Amino acid sequence: MSAESGLTAGRLGHRRSRRLKEKAIELVLFACAMVAVLTTVGIVFILLKESLVFFRAVPIGDFLTDTQWTPLFADAHFGIIVLLSGTLTSAAIALSIAIPMGTVLAIYLSEFAGARTREIAKPVLELLAGIPTIVFGYFALFFLTPILQQVLPWLPGFNLLSAGIVMGIMIVPYVSSISEDAMRAVPVSLREGSYALGATRLQTAVKVVVPAAFSGLAAGYILGISRAVGETMIVAVAAGMQPNLTFNPFEQAATITAYIVQVAKGDLPHGSIGYQTIFAAGLTLFLLTLCFNLLGYWLRKRFREVY
Amino acid sequence: MRRDDTAAIRAVIAAGKRKDLAFAVLGVAALVFAAATFVALFTDMLIDGGHRLKLDFFTNFASRRAENAGIVAAWVGTLTVMVVTAAIAVPIGVASGIYLEEYAPRNLFTDIIEININNLAGVPSIVYGLLALGMFVHTFGLGASVLTAGLTLALLILPIVIVSTREAIRSIPGVIREAAYALGATRWQMVKDHVLPYSMPGILTGIIIGLSRAIGETAPIVTIGAVTFIAFLPPSPITAEPPFLSFEWLSSAFTAMPIQIFNWTSRPDAAFQANASAAALVLVLMTVLMNAFAIWLRWRLRRNIKW
Repeated sequence: MSAESGLTAGRLGHRRSRRLKEKAIELVLFACAMVAVLTTVGIVFILLKESLVFFRAVPIGDFLTDTQWTPLFADAHFGIIVLLSGTLTSAAIALSIAIPMGTVLAIYLSEFAGARTREIAKPVLELLAGIPTIVFGYFALFFLTPILQQVLPWLPGFNLLSAGIVMGIMIVPYVSSISEDAMRAVPVSLREGSYALGATRLQTAVKVVVPAAFSGLAAGYILGISRAVGETMIVAVAAGMQPNLTFNPFEQAATITAYIVQVAKGDLPHGSIGYQTIFAAGLTLFLLTLCFNLLGYWLRKRFREVY
Repeated sequence: MRRDDTAAIRAVIAAGKRKDLAFAVLGVAALVFAAATFVALFTDMLIDGGHRLKLDFFTNFASRRAENAGIVAAWVGTLTVMVVTAAIAVPIGVASGIYLEEYAPRNLFTDIIEININNLAGVPSIVYGLLALGMFVHTFGLGASVLTAGLTLALLILPIVIVSTREAIRSIPGVIREAAYALGATRWQMVKDHVLPYSMPGILTGIIIGLSRAIGETAPIVTIGAVTFIAFLPPSPITAEPPFLSFEWLSSAFTAMPIQIFNWTSRPDAAFQANASAAALVLVLMTVLMNAFAIWLRWRLRRNIKW
């Protein structure tokens, strides 16, 4: 009897230590998951902290409306529009390539290509997406720009066009893979219905599958925009680092990202106004991409829930 | 049916088929264009820098004279930074993935963690550089060291590791979990002995893709102020005196492959451009090999496992 109760007590003790261990493990795992949350908190905190110091010296109205960006000159001007123009122009060029090409590729891979073609094409696109952006920057400056200069002899060595085109090619795999996923999620019965009514493959793709997957396609486009706006090395290498308020793709101009790289490469003392400008510029960039990311997330969630 | 009616219908069908064919050709053209970019990138770098790829290019330090310059500091730097990145991102990322799939309750807080990870994946890499500059370099006083760079890149690839861990875990059917519970396993025993081993190839794929992304990232490590001209290697981790292990290399200054490429690209001298393309070729080969390994791993996984 006593031996038996001892055994039970032992089991109960074992069970308690087991439960404690389980709780401890769960806590450790939870702490790891919190690292991602803390990263966001850290980003927001650092950007806001340094930007607040900056905006104490520079009124936010000037920051948004001034048309010059000369933070390191004696006559300092801080007009973010100047950098924004470079960012938006290069992003627009990139997207005018990435969106049509990514969409065509996605429609082709999802609706036209056979399984064998897809097996080969998807890895190739993935490899293209895996190439470091600094290498694309090199490619834009030393390969594409000379070729463009043969057609347009007056094109300067640094220009938004070449950087934008290469950036577009870089973004194609992102756009096509998200768009293709969205289209493949459209049920086959919709396609069968369309074929039964006598539609061709192209008609089915364009008039049935694309509209049904539209929010997914839009999510792909928006993530493409967010990538283009945040891309750094291609523009830093190939578009020049001269702040220039222009929407002309044939000129050189600095983007927000290129400016940050340029300043960080130099030796600006910690706490100087020049040091704080990169955080203000970074905050602008972060808010810009945050809007796009949230919109993209919302759209993607929607298309997943439809079917 | 009248004869001209049949002819009209045939014409409509033929036109539809022609349009289908035209679109298929367009799709193939887009694919070929993507592949051609990949090939052009390789050939261009091979032509410009192929002749620099000799043994002493891998064993020489950077130099003011282009023909003597090499990448030993860069590839050793990249390697050490990757060790730190992997040591931080892999355990934290995998643990977060496990928590979110196996432990997390369905509530608002979990939703916040999820949206947060999704958003982090879309934050431009240069913003991580600003976080590191403000937090690790200046607040924690870690300087532009191997540790800072490793931490920064670890935070950058954390979302990739988490998302792929979750996808790998999600693909394991619930019956496996039920069987483990039925035999009296605790939740952690079930995860450790069943879920983790079975999802290992998927997780590994994600880790490799994440690391291949980190290896090519330039913007964040330029932002933390990594030095471009380094004529020494970090101190060895193994020492002659007890305790035979030294962590001094963690606080050592460093340079990395992408930084070296960026530095050489921004010099006007053509001989340095040859160096840049040779180094870029080495970097692209590294990332392509890692990506190809990941793709192969996933392909094998999909072929072998049938639940």
